Amino acid sequence: MTTMTSAMTTASHRDAMLGMGKTTFKVRDLNLFYGKDQALKGIDLNIPANKVTAFIGPSGCGKSTLLRCFNRMNDLVDICRIEGEILLDGENIYARGVDVAELRRKVGMVFQKPNPFPKSIYENVAYGLRLQGVNNKSVLDEVVERSLRGAALWDEVKDRLGDNAFGLSGGQQQRLVIARAIAIEPEVILLDEPASALDPISTLKIEELIHELKEQYTILIVTHNMQQAARVSDYTAFMYLGDLVEFGETNTIFTEPEKKQTEDYITGRYG
Amino acid sequence: MKQWFKSGAPWIWLNGGAVALCMVMVLGLLGLIAVRGFSHFWPAEIVEFRVGNDSIGQGQQVVGQHVRSQTIPVQVARDAGIAVPPDLGEDELVTRHLIKQGNRDVTGRDFAWYPEIQMTEWMAPPDVIMLERREWGDFYGFPRRLLEDGEVVAEGDGLWDALQERVARSNALFREIRRIERRDVGIISERMEELRLQERGLQRDPDIDEAVLADRLDAMHAEREVLESEFRVLRAELDELHAANRRDTLVAMIAGGEEVEISVGDIVRATKNNDMSLASKLREYMYRFWHFVSGEPREANTEGGIFPAIFGTVTMVLLMSLIVSPFGVLAAIYLREYAKQGPLLKLIRISVYNLAGVPSIVYGVFGLGFFVYTLGGSLDELFYSDRLPSPTFGSPALIWASLTLALLTLPVVIVSTEEGLARIPSSVRQGSLALGATKSETLWKVVVPLATPAMMTGMILAIARAAGEVAPLMLVGVVKLAPTLPVDGTFPFVHLDRQIMHLGFHIYDVGFQSPNVEAARPLVYATALILVILIIVLNMTAISVRNRLRERYRAASD
Repeated sequence: MTTMTSAMTTASHRDAMLGMGKTTFKVRDLNLFYGKDQALKGIDLNIPANKVTAFIGPSGCGKSTLLRCFNRMNDLVDICRIEGEILLDGENIYARGVDVAELRRKVGMVFQKPNPFPKSIYENVAYGLRLQGVNNKSVLDEVVERSLRGAALWDEVKDRLGDNAFGLSGGQQQRLVIARAIAIEPEVILLDEPASALDPISTLKIEELIHELKEQYTILIVTHNMQQAARVSDYTAFMYLGDLVEFGETNTIFTEPEKKQTEDYITGRYG
Repeated sequence: MKQWFKSGAPWIWLNGGAVALCMVMVLGLLGLIAVRGFSHFWPAEIVEFRVGNDSIGQGQQVVGQHVRSQTIPVQVARDAGIAVPPDLGEDELVTRHLIKQGNRDVTGRDFAWYPEIQMTEWMAPPDVIMLERREWGDFYGFPRRLLEDGEVVAEGDGLWDALQERVARSNALFREIRRIERRDVGIISERMEELRLQERGLQRDPDIDEAVLADRLDAMHAEREVLESEFRVLRAELDELHAANRRDTLVAMIAGGEEVEISVGDIVRATKNNDMSLASKLREYMYRFWHFVSGEPREANTEGGIFPAIFGTVTMVLLMSLIVSPFGVLAAIYLREYAKQGPLLKLIRISVYNLAGVPSIVYGVFGLGFFVYTLGGSLDELFYSDRLPSPTFGSPALIWASLTLALLTLPVVIVSTEEGLARIPSSVRQGSLALGATKSETLWKVVVPLATPAMMTGMILAIARAAGEVAPLMLVGVVKLAPTLPVDGTFPFVHLDRQIMHLGFHIYDVGFQSPNVEAARPLVYATALILVILIIVLNMTAISVRNRLRERYRAASD
């Protein structure tokens, strides 16, 4: 209980320091174990709403694992065990009786490799809505167009919505996947190294897209690429070996980090 | 040398050699079947020669088609009763020829060996004819006269055309007879059987009112009367047709000079093999091939066509696919997606894999014991008790053959479906889950469609295995000669309780159970050829479906 309180103080204290507005996620003393190995150690964090928060750190530091905690993707791993809580709008998403499917509708996710479904472009975007039982043609048409426009893909595919999604290029597929995610109007979008499998031009397009998307959505992005983190994010969290080492405004983290570890990583001394 | 080994070239040669050997064996097998099978339909030359020295000094006249030759030692020839000149040593070789001389009704044996040593030159008389008959096999001889009701109607020049015309007429009559026997008489006898069963059911019913019973029985008797009179009309019609069919007679001279009479009604086809152009021979070839594929068997399956066997095989395999695919796919999905991975599942999986190695006859015995006797017997007791003791489903039948084969091919479908499911990248599943889909939604909307090519692969393997299987089928539903096809125009159209013919069993039956070995031999090759073609066609269909699916889902498995 004492740790809990102190953790809350630190997080709120930090928020006050950062002059943060509304928060979406509140992470409270989160510990995650794969079998006996602890992958996340006592994470305390508040994610600001309608901002881009980047998670950086060397491979294996737990940043992807942490990201997957926000929509409970780690549930799929049998040996994974989680302690602590993550509050979304004040509700613990790990509480008993939480509808995981409902949670994932609020917290969309885009993966490292584009993973379109074996369906047409149209059906890929409409998939999430059809799951919710929306089959009205005009509603679907509208949402598909809006989502594809939102993902800056509409002009490229509007004449071939019926074509199989596998016919698109890697970059287009990744934007399609983003369109698919925003079609169901989530509150948060989790991006797990969304550009690491793409060429520089596609990467640029994705980054521009992230800029536009943050108007409407809270975005969490995991990236290996520090320039990318610096370019797209408002806040940055640096993680190392399962610990959240430092969290702050991106500018501050990249120019005058508090911790030595952060500075070493950012200046490329290890990682 | 060492360098050569290091370069890996020997391995490439070894691997290439293995492939080449496989290809040679497969192509050799297919080639043998194709050559022997296809040559059966060729209207080959009919030869005439004399052999031996009888009292007149001219020898015996032989007319027929050359089948094959053999070189044997003199000693063997002498033992076989061939008069070999005494000046030949025992080590020397003589050749003998197998001649198909037909005319089994007259000579008693339609194939005979003749030693070359006493033969005159072979000639090919242009006027010799070959008749394909409904009974007694082929006929070879020289036509003399055509009789209509005992009166000569054609002789000499006009004879051949008149014969062809009358053969066509009798074939038309024969088809009409068949149609009446099969359809009209069949409908009547089926209705009669129904009435008989109803009557029995009524008489057994203890609650029925006496007056009602009497009324119903009267009505049935009245209907039976009507049916019987209809049958009498048909019978008379049939008698008339049979009589009309017997009207014409061909008188022909056979080898040796004897004249015999052949009813034109017995002739299926008349050809003058030695007097045909290449084009008409080709036409004749196509005709014979088509009739082999589309016709019904005659003479204990040693003649005629194999259509019922082709039809039976295809029906059974399709029915098997319908049964095995849902079962196998559902089982595989459960094993791969839902079941808790552990020692029990491992055991189940090993058992399934091992099922694929169980000898097929074991499945046959199981099918007979479980499906036919237990399941079929219970069905009969529950739903067809009126017909007992004659069984409906309690005897070998199409449905049991298909079920047995489905059981036999189940492991193949399960294994390939499971492998297909395992290959679906987890990123696709996660993509769907991340959009708020439940596990089953993800499974049915994304994972299963992606795994369909693998399921089709399983189907292809299952079809290939099932179409070629014979041993278990002999126990559970395949017979030498089925009187009716499993699918026809009478309700319920697909008759699951009927026995069927099957190409694989047909090969066994014709090849090894036939009284006339020489006549059956080419049919075995031809049937094998059709079976191979059929399996290839079935597989090609499945493969093209799979490739289309694969094309659609290509990039997902990259």
